[in-house]
Amino acid sequence: MSTGSDAISDPTFPAAQRPDAIKAIPVRHPWRWVAAVVVLAFAAAVIYTFATAPGLQWSVVGQFLFYPEILRGILVTLELTAIAMVIGVVLGVILAVMRLSVNPIVSSVSWFYIWFFRGTPVLVQIFFWFNIGSILPYLHIGIPFTHLFWIGTTNKIITPLLAAILGLGLNEAAYMSEIVRAGIISVDTGQTEAAQALGMTRVLVMRRIVLPQAMRVIIPPTGNETISMLKTSSLAYIATVGELFFIQKEISNFNYDIIELAIVASIWYLAMTSVLTFGQYYLERYFARGASRLLPPTPLQRLRRLLFHFHDPPPVGPFEPPPIYEERLR
Amino acid sequence: MATPMVLAESVYKCFGRLEVLRGINLSVAPREVLCIVGPSGSGKSTFLRCINHLEKIDGGRLSVDGELVGYRQRGDKIYELPDREVCRKRAEIGMVFQRFNLFPHMTALENIMEAPLRVKGEAQKAVEERGRALLKRVGLADKVDVYPNHLSGGQQQRVAIARALAMQPKLMLFDEPTSALDPELVGEVLDVMRGLAQDGMTMVVVTHEMGFAREVGDSLVFMDGGVIVESGSPREVLSNPQHERTRSFLSKVL
Repeated sequence: MSTGSDAISDPTFPAAQRPDAIKAIPVRHPWRWVAAVVVLAFAAAVIYTFATAPGLQWSVVGQFLFYPEILRGILVTLELTAIAMVIGVVLGVILAVMRLSVNPIVSSVSWFYIWFFRGTPVLVQIFFWFNIGSILPYLHIGIPFTHLFWIGTTNKIITPLLAAILGLGLNEAAYMSEIVRAGIISVDTGQTEAAQALGMTRVLVMRRIVLPQAMRVIIPPTGNETISMLKTSSLAYIATVGELFFIQKEISNFNYDIIELAIVASIWYLAMTSVLTFGQYYLERYFARGASRLLPPTPLQRLRRLLFHFHDPPPVGPFEPPPIYEERLR
Repeated sequence: MATPMVLAESVYKCFGRLEVLRGINLSVAPREVLCIVGPSGSGKSTFLRCINHLEKIDGGRLSVDGELVGYRQRGDKIYELPDREVCRKRAEIGMVFQRFNLFPHMTALENIMEAPLRVKGEAQKAVEERGRALLKRVGLADKVDVYPNHLSGGQQQRVAIARALAMQPKLMLFDEPTSALDPELVGEVLDVMRGLAQDGMTMVVVTHEMGFAREVGDSLVFMDGGVIVESGSPREVLSNPQHERTRSFLSKVL
């Protein structure tokens, strides 16, 4: 048996200082450079070809980029996306909870809804709502067995905008309900049991315990759906809604600068999806609280690290000598 | 004689064709600590979960504090209790799980405050005070605002005990509370449970900690194959088991 002082004086491993970090000459990777150059050259060629296309008038793109009609179309696109997503999320949560219900009728109705709305094209659905006045000229809303009712012309109630909102929103709900259901299933059953053991009712367990945890699984695909919806909302042009795509098409019908106006619309769609991507990141961080020990870096933090600290070694704290334990066997 | 806190009369339970409980008879007096031991699959956890109606029994009678669990008796007829009533009764029984099951999206204090606030509808201020006092009692006064993921297993289980106590239960159920812990952390949880027993809490503890059962338990039952093989004072059963099955089990775990 030896004493602790032996360990300190052991010359093969001096415990009182940290060994220097390894300084080795890194392996070279010439093929990585080759691949990078090839890809860049190809990309540059494609961009150059389009940017210098003889028929393309960049001045027209510039002229219409901030055209008031276009800007108004952007507002309608945003409005349409927001309302359709709200309908999609709210109805989606309801459908998901219905689908997981113990009542077989309730869960099959939800199944049928999803089957139907996911199985038909959204373009057809918008078209359907837009033309519903042709089969139901009047809408009645009344209380059964009374003479209290309200009646209106379908074409006045279901405006083009409402037709688009119904088509996009009801379709989205079918997709959202599957996303929400996946989120709910992902929460450990022990959570439900613990909450029930505390005397919480089913509704309370869902609202306070399960759904907040399901959010972590639900948020990323929902962000995806929102971005997708922003672009899918262009289908509302079939219902003559004055959103971005419809407006740019109206203008190019008039001046025949089809590609230029398509570029204008694309620039705006790209700008809007970029902002959404950014927002999604912060939403995910919020719902990750408590779930992981370290929050993921924000896009800005990532960019900063990529630009300025890419080759930095990971940070190390000040050296503290390890405690010396008595060695019992030597 | 006072009403027993838990009274089981030939309690029977099956999952499909598998009979998990085959006639359990036992009674737990107020302030008593009952330990249930036995091999895994013997039905001891299932029995515990029947007491707060997380599982429904298929036969026999089970009552807590003189009232049937999950049912109400009027004359000869037995009525199933509506969900709201089941929840109200569960709120009077605390339960601690093997895997803690803390709510990961809430801090330690929020975990404790959730049920008193939402289930009992108590005032925020009183609940917060009680929550802080409970955390102090389990030795975690400095972890008030910490999320469960940042706590060790032993700390998490102590928060879970505090969460159950915040509802001021008349009975506490422990389902292998130390089985998921590193050996080094078992002691801190058992200390909290020991303190609870000394304060006169009625407890039913499913455990593999024979030392705890011997020291803290007032009575002990040994279960196997869905029946109680042997019961008595922990000291008697553990040091002088009468039944062959008990002897072979104890020789492996002691």
